[in-house]
Amino acid sequence: MKKGNTWTIISKEFARFFGDRQLFFTTVIMPGLLIYLIYSLMGNGIQKMVTEGQDEVVTLTVENMPQSMAPMLNAIDSSLVVVEQPFGDDDIARLEEKDINAVLLRFPEGFDQLAIPEPGQPVPNVEIYYNSTNNASSRVYYTLNAMLGNYNRPFTVNVPQSEEQRFDQASEESIGAMIWSKLLPMLIIMMLFSGVMAIAPSSIAGEKERGTIATLLVTPMRRNELALGKIISLSGIALLSGISSFIGIALSLPKMVSGEGVDYADLGFHYTTSDYFALLLVIFASVLIMASAVSILSALAKDVKNAGTMVTPFMLVVMLAGLLPMFQNGAAESLLVYLIPFYNSIEVMVAVFAHEMQWMPVIVTVASNVVYTGIAVWVLTRMFNSEKVMFSR
Amino acid sequence: MEEILTVEGLSKTFTLSRKQQKIERTAARRKTAVDNLSFSAYRGEIFGLLGPNGAGKTTTLRMLATLIRPDSGDALLDGCSVVNSPAEVRGKIGFLTSELKLEDFFTPNYLFDFFSRLHGVDPDTCAQRKAAMFSRFGIDRFAEVKVANLSTGMKQKLSLVISLVHNPEVIIFDEPTNGLDVLTARTVTDYLQELRAEGKTIILSTHIFSLVERLCDRVGVIIDGRLVACGPLAEVCDGLSIEDRFFEMYKEVKGGDE
Repeated sequence: MKKGNTWTIISKEFARFFGDRQLFFTTVIMPGLLIYLIYSLMGNGIQKMVTEGQDEVVTLTVENMPQSMAPMLNAIDSSLVVVEQPFGDDDIARLEEKDINAVLLRFPEGFDQLAIPEPGQPVPNVEIYYNSTNNASSRVYYTLNAMLGNYNRPFTVNVPQSEEQRFDQASEESIGAMIWSKLLPMLIIMMLFSGVMAIAPSSIAGEKERGTIATLLVTPMRRNELALGKIISLSGIALLSGISSFIGIALSLPKMVSGEGVDYADLGFHYTTSDYFALLLVIFASVLIMASAVSILSALAKDVKNAGTMVTPFMLVVMLAGLLPMFQNGAAESLLVYLIPFYNSIEVMVAVFAHEMQWMPVIVTVASNVVYTGIAVWVLTRMFNSEKVMFSR
Repeated sequence: MEEILTVEGLSKTFTLSRKQQKIERTAARRKTAVDNLSFSAYRGEIFGLLGPNGAGKTTTLRMLATLIRPDSGDALLDGCSVVNSPAEVRGKIGFLTSELKLEDFFTPNYLFDFFSRLHGVDPDTCAQRKAAMFSRFGIDRFAEVKVANLSTGMKQKLSLVISLVHNPEVIIFDEPTNGLDVLTARTVTDYLQELRAEGKTIILSTHIFSLVERLCDRVGVIIDGRLVACGPLAEVCDGLSIEDRFFEMYKEVKGGDE
């Protein structure tokens, strides 16, 4: 095969892509930027919700304070001011004002002397009035609720006796790795596919729609050079889009999953050079197979609009495959799984992010994807030769 | 005269989809688009394939351009078979259809270079030919303007130019003046005559009688995929205008049903 013509096709597709600032921005810059901004904003928002109100002083008004409760309530934290006095409906109504950091707690009279009721008898009721839209008020309510919920029970469950005591024996690293292996493969596949979707449907269907496909096909260039040129150029562009998205994820994840000061490595995000190399290989193999499949669909389509319609169901299937790691524990063990296109890439990514990467599945995945791409080039070549596919309306 | 194109028994049948069956109002699953077509064209002439829409003109030209493969028969173009040596044939022809719409994003300069590379034209020859052709068609002033910003006429001229980047011996032109404004149509027909004067062979399809009368040295009349007449224009017309002669033949084939 003459390399020159394939390169001519690749360089034309690249010239088209890189020369169109709008297309370049929406395909390469925007995905990464948007992911970074959205995830960062979400992370900041969540963090703000969690931390807001933690240091604000809250007035806890207690009516009928039981003697047994006073030391516990006074020891909750230093930002809580406990006032013992009765309160009425006006005080309760004032809680509606969002900026009042207050909680009202009413015990039944003689709380300490109340016997545990027999089954079927009325149960003494403790009333806690608070405002759930005020973070400080809400925080104190949940603390009180938890404290009173355990009051007077014959046993507690998993209350640490020291700061070091842990009941979940999984390491923080393996918990983090499990989260990454469930989330990231789907995200990466989505990003790569969105890169392919941005350009591939119009690449061949556009040539058919404009009639330029005939002008290309009457040149001495061989059909397989055209097919290979199209698939490689689309893969390259999709890869750029995927890298942009990956950078966006990598930069925004610390903000998404943890507050400032949390060691990212503790969450399992410390991968070896081999892991990254395997990831890069499998991403490249995934992009090849995606570009191949979408190119074939694009060649089958009558026009660009039709190509978009044909690719959408296919994209949904790939997205569903990306969701599968959510419902499984670790990567598949059977090597046969790594022969299934698209799903094999997802499984390798699961293994990499779960710190379970082995080279054989990676090799099988990359090799099978390269073989599938070769088959796709052959199919696309046949399609370029088919008047029914190229010229039917 | 030197025979440069020999078409022998060219046939092509298509399978109709259900949708096409409905449109064509037929229960037949197959349609013969071109039926045992044979004709010749000579170096330095304009040969016109005249026929109504759906007669098989475009299918014939696409087979000659190696875009589709005949079911049977063959065509030898400058000694190369469209069936057995399509790559060689492609190096000798320029194919242009009026349906061509160039990609808006690129400039005439880029497109000329791109198609020259695909045709294997060396950079020096490409530069010389580009300068000459851009100047001939007034594209030189717009060489760096994107196709999107060119006038319709200029886009059509550019389509013609990029189909001929490699200076082919045979130019296959499907409906050359379809959709062209009058000025561009004139430019194109004038250029086809210039190419003939240079010794190039032009095979064109059309349903426009005046175009045949003005341009063609020889003509083949094609109706329902079959060649019903072929020869020098005067011979085919037999003393009538091409229009009157065509309708005579059409009635003979269709049994008076127009």
